[in-house]
Amino acid sequence: MKKIFKVMLGVVMMLLMVNVSKADDKELIGAGATFPYPLYSKMFDVYYKEHGIKVNYSAIGSGGGIRQLKEKTVDFGGTDAFLSDQQIKEMGADIVHIPVCMGAVVLAYNMPGIKTLYLTPDIVADMFLGKIKKWNDPKIQKINPKEKLPDTNIVTVHRSDGSGTTFIFTDYLSKISNEWQSKVGKGTSVNWPIGLGGKGNSGVAGLIKNVPYSIGYVELIYALSNKIPFATLQNKSGVFIEPALTTTSKAGDVKLPDDMRVSITDTDAKEGYSISGFTWIIVYKEQNYGKNRSYERAKTLVNLLWWMVHQGQKYAEKLHYAPLSKQALMKAENLIKSITYNGKKIMN
Amino acid sequence: MEKNQQQQKICYVNTGPGQKPGVSKFFKKDFLFKFILFFSGFLVFLLVLSIFVSLILNSVPSLKEFGLKFFVSKTWDPVFEQFGALPFITGTLLTSFLAILITIPFSLAISIYLAEFTKQGFYPGFLKNSIDLLAGVPSVVYGFFGIFVIVPIIRYLQIKLHIEPYGVGIFTASIILSIMIIPFSSSLGREIIEMVPAEIKEAAYSLGSTRFEVIKYVILPYARSGITAGILLALGRAIGETMAVTMVIGNSNMMPKSIFSPSNTMASVIANEFTEAVTSIHLSSLIEIGVVLFLVTTMISITGKIIIKKFAVHQ
Repeated sequence: MKKIFKVMLGVVMMLLMVNVSKADDKELIGAGATFPYPLYSKMFDVYYKEHGIKVNYSAIGSGGGIRQLKEKTVDFGGTDAFLSDQQIKEMGADIVHIPVCMGAVVLAYNMPGIKTLYLTPDIVADMFLGKIKKWNDPKIQKINPKEKLPDTNIVTVHRSDGSGTTFIFTDYLSKISNEWQSKVGKGTSVNWPIGLGGKGNSGVAGLIKNVPYSIGYVELIYALSNKIPFATLQNKSGVFIEPALTTTSKAGDVKLPDDMRVSITDTDAKEGYSISGFTWIIVYKEQNYGKNRSYERAKTLVNLLWWMVHQGQKYAEKLHYAPLSKQALMKAENLIKSITYNGKKIMN
Repeated sequence: MEKNQQQQKICYVNTGPGQKPGVSKFFKKDFLFKFILFFSGFLVFLLVLSIFVSLILNSVPSLKEFGLKFFVSKTWDPVFEQFGALPFITGTLLTSFLAILITIPFSLAISIYLAEFTKQGFYPGFLKNSIDLLAGVPSVVYGFFGIFVIVPIIRYLQIKLHIEPYGVGIFTASIILSIMIIPFSSSLGREIIEMVPAEIKEAAYSLGSTRFEVIKYVILPYARSGITAGILLALGRAIGETMAVTMVIGNSNMMPKSIFSPSNTMASVIANEFTEAVTSIHLSSLIEIGVVLFLVTTMISITGKIIIKKFAVHQ
């Protein structure tokens, strides 16, 4: 009995210690999007070695990150879809979106014998709406004159789990197709008119590999590291662009709004790949919120953000993420500078 | 004064001379023991109740917005915030009942074989251990097995039958589920069959019955309630299974047209959409599906109890 008591006492003490360490200003907590997780964990690892500040980031999904920030249990949230005006209102105070890197979504396909596939925006929308049913549809065959496309049904594959990747892809479809916008719309999960669903990038890729004559969307990083063939897509300027890190970064070379709540899908940039997007870290603009939130903690957070958009950027390309474009970096700097504590700017 | 009394009392209980100390001490310990048992039991009840209450409370926005339409509407549209759970309820019931239908012949055969034919030796021991192992395999591993083995087989079948060759779908999910639930239905069945009294079996044999007749007319009727209970336990497991089903069902939020169509289940739609559900109505609709799942499981458990009572052989 005494032993049990001792053990229980020990457990309680340990729990208490965990609680104490949470209030420590040498440690920041974040949660959110899974898409940038490999990059963030690399960045935070280096940052801990260089600055002695520990950052715990849990990849629980953009929605979870937003909820946790709203409940003020984390210092920052990560999201692949920017918050709407309505959502910001629900957060209770002003939110700053700081872009950290860019990602692209590619159309991966499985057609035995076909090595390159060119697609136009109309074809992509019609395929996912179920209006183009066969691979040898004249519309597709016309822009792929070199390949003999098979007379088989197209099987579309989408993400079944709510995801920022889906948001970017449906955002693109909503921009290029009025019918898509009115029928389906954009979101992290949508009501797909047709097709199969796979859980996560791996689920979608698994279905594409397993189902011949299928096509689906996955993150560029995922397709590159798993060597899945993907389509070359015509952009707004009419140029066929092969998805790559460089063409993704170039998609951000457009006029960007000051708050960076912007979607760059269907970009105006001539050499940019159409299905690209930013991933953001979101924080409260006024950092003195909640109980006992010290100036030091806010300062630590701002320093971390500054480091991420500058020195941190060099880790992006190695991990197949597209670094911020110059334009985006300038906006990000201004946004970080706008963060305040008791109304005073933390960084000058 | 009070303190003094207390001390006296303790003295009395523990070491009071000549006051039958042993009995009092024992009585006190016994009471404490009983209280702990009661409290742990009550805690479980409290837990179930609070799970249910918290589910209901969190699904209030969706309950208010959609009411009964939630159960009959076929659209699940997070963008336009229209939520109806009928496709998922259908998907769940279809996959689980199909899985039960597939699993019954196998698990019944296994339980009869293990309980009646070979009780000792290498093969039955091996079989028993393999079945126990089936229960311990993580469901994500079943999912992999489904994707890499079952899906290609089903696709081959679909090409032969001239159906759209997806490979994934309700039928594939049911097959995976039926394998997963074999341990649940077969081990309970085996134990019940073993419990059939030797006297009545011997009586039947002495009347000249064959082994098959003994099984058909004596053992199965006698063990009916236990076997049914095992199957219902398995059904409960099949309804709640998430990961393996998500991996092979195709995750399509539409009403299934045939048993080969891709579909979705209640558990898997929650697992899929919960992390990224941003709007409160989406979140509460997912939680309402949780309520439905909770109620369906409760109903199955209650039906199970009724069946066991009704079919039980009275001695």
